[in-house]
Amino acid sequence: MSKSNTILYLDGVSVSFDGFRAINNLSLVLDKGEMRAIIGPNGAGKTTMMDIVTGKTRPDEGEVFFDGQVDLTRHDEAEIAMMGIGRKFQKPTVFESHSVEDNLMLALKGPRSIFPALFHHRSTAETQRIDDILGIIRLGDKRGELAANLSHGQKQWLEIGMLLAQDPKLLLVDEPVAGMTDAETEETARLLKDIARDHSVIVVEHDMHFVRELGVKVTCLHEGSVLSEGTLDFVSADERVVEVYLGR
Amino acid sequence: MITQRFFGADRRIAITVLVLLAAAVIVPLLNLAVSPTSAFYIPPYIVALVGKYLCYALLALALDLVWGYCGILSLGHGAFFALGGYAMGMYLMRQIGSRGVYGNPILPDFMVFLNYKELPWFWYGFDHFWFAALMVLAVPGLLAFVFGWFAFRSRVTGVYLSIITQAMTYALLLAFFRNDMGFGGNNGLTDFKDILGFNVQANATRSALFAASAVTLALAVLLTAAIVRSKYGKLLMAVRDAESRTRFLGWLAENVKLFAFTVSAIMAGIGGALYVPQVGIINPGEFDPANSIEVVIWTAVGGRGTIVGPIVGALLVNAGKSWFTGVLPEFWLFALGGLFVAVTLFLPKGIVGMWDSWHGRAKALRAASLAAEAGADPEEPPAKIVRSAARTPGAWSASGPEPQPAE
Repeated sequence: MSKSNTILYLDGVSVSFDGFRAINNLSLVLDKGEMRAIIGPNGAGKTTMMDIVTGKTRPDEGEVFFDGQVDLTRHDEAEIAMMGIGRKFQKPTVFESHSVEDNLMLALKGPRSIFPALFHHRSTAETQRIDDILGIIRLGDKRGELAANLSHGQKQWLEIGMLLAQDPKLLLVDEPVAGMTDAETEETARLLKDIARDHSVIVVEHDMHFVRELGVKVTCLHEGSVLSEGTLDFVSADERVVEVYLGR
Repeated sequence: MITQRFFGADRRIAITVLVLLAAAVIVPLLNLAVSPTSAFYIPPYIVALVGKYLCYALLALALDLVWGYCGILSLGHGAFFALGGYAMGMYLMRQIGSRGVYGNPILPDFMVFLNYKELPWFWYGFDHFWFAALMVLAVPGLLAFVFGWFAFRSRVTGVYLSIITQAMTYALLLAFFRNDMGFGGNNGLTDFKDILGFNVQANATRSALFAASAVTLALAVLLTAAIVRSKYGKLLMAVRDAESRTRFLGWLAENVKLFAFTVSAIMAGIGGALYVPQVGIINPGEFDPANSIEVVIWTAVGGRGTIVGPIVGALLVNAGKSWFTGVLPEFWLFALGGLFVAVTLFLPKGIVGMWDSWHGRAKALRAASLAAEAGADPEEPPAKIVRSAARTPGAWSASGPEPQPAE
């Protein structure tokens, strides 16, 4: 496999916690500009895979490369975030005591050291960017609202908006529609498809209806490695996948 | 409503600063220029006592910057206060000169008594005020920087961090108790004569020290407000509420904490330096972990995460302590413990935080009744009540002091 023209390249990655192999010889390649959905039963290693990519967990063995040449196993979370990998958590994690606008302001691309932050004045370009993102994530009328007062679905959108504000090359989105209404789910699918036009995206999701809506290539993980890969129809027709999901 | 609240907070800061500056002028005047028989006369012991409280308030404000705004519960802030105090004490010792009991022009009394032959190297320079002032800032700042650098980089958080801050102040307590440390051991530093050429005991000097404490506290309030209001301040609260989120946004949470911790330690050190000439002594007892815990109580009583709260808390609790230890000395510690339990149970946001909640709710109710009278849509106002009572910007999130887990 060639690493060039890939945004994310995992080869032979394994990691175990206290003897439990959460990821087992996992190989996964994402092309630049691609959106990929990852499915799999509980404990398949979906979240652990994201932990490895974002620097939270170090793999025991295997290669993890970003953008063809950057070895992600050598960097910590903040460095990886600065390189252009944004991550949305399973449980929406926003700064609840700040307004929607301030949440985005803290996420906006820019210097990440203390003194510039101390003497920071918001420029018109930044205000413009925040306005744009508020429009994209459909929270334009909530800009002054505290994030704590948002609904669950709105928090998920705000978190996606914070990822956009970082201007990453690759977005890792963990269960974006968990706990959303059907209408919100559809809206989120549209939102992610918008974003995928100029970003590479990995979406982890259980909701098959939502995955179908995205209409992208699907990877099914099981016990820490790839079980099946292809279109949703192909994957859901795969006997092993059916077996894993329904039990023997 | 949000903008109104911001103006409200600004107004409160402005009032606090004005009150402190006014006190810096009026209290010395009432002490020095008014005849002792007048009803307006403020006796010197009150000036010294309140001056001491103002130094405590500065310490509580310093703690609030890290605890209230960044969630770092330091149980060792008294150490930075005491180090600042020792730096000032060393200057005051060297000002005694040959007027000590043993009349040695170079060595302080305790060194003569302990058979020191010459001045230890770390006492050099302390005969100059500028050098001592520099050390007041540098020693606590450096200790906090080194301590924080290791602690935050290793991602020590929560109760573990609290325990090691306590261990730090306890280690310093034991070290400073030793006679051969060269800081006067058990007795500490005392018997001061002059500060900047003025008699420490004189009324005018005490009034001037009071004024200096009040002005310094006012400046610290402005500085803290500026820090908290900046983008960095928002980041500080973000680290408090969801540290891993800030990391995945590319911020180095350890540096965010380290800066606040160092600034806070320097503020505490300045408080200690102003405290020592007013009380006339500094000894290792100031490093006692119990002192640092008391600071936490003042801050909790006043309201953490509010700038004015810790000042109110420090002043009220210490005034209560002075009164209580006069009336029922043996029950003070029980009262203090009970106060902490009561505040935790009934006033989790402290006095100032509680006032904000009541105020916000009353305002919302008033708005609701006005709207109802005007025949407005009855659905709208109740929603407003929920919102305004819910949270103020920058306040602790409802999930409590524990940082949210990332996953």
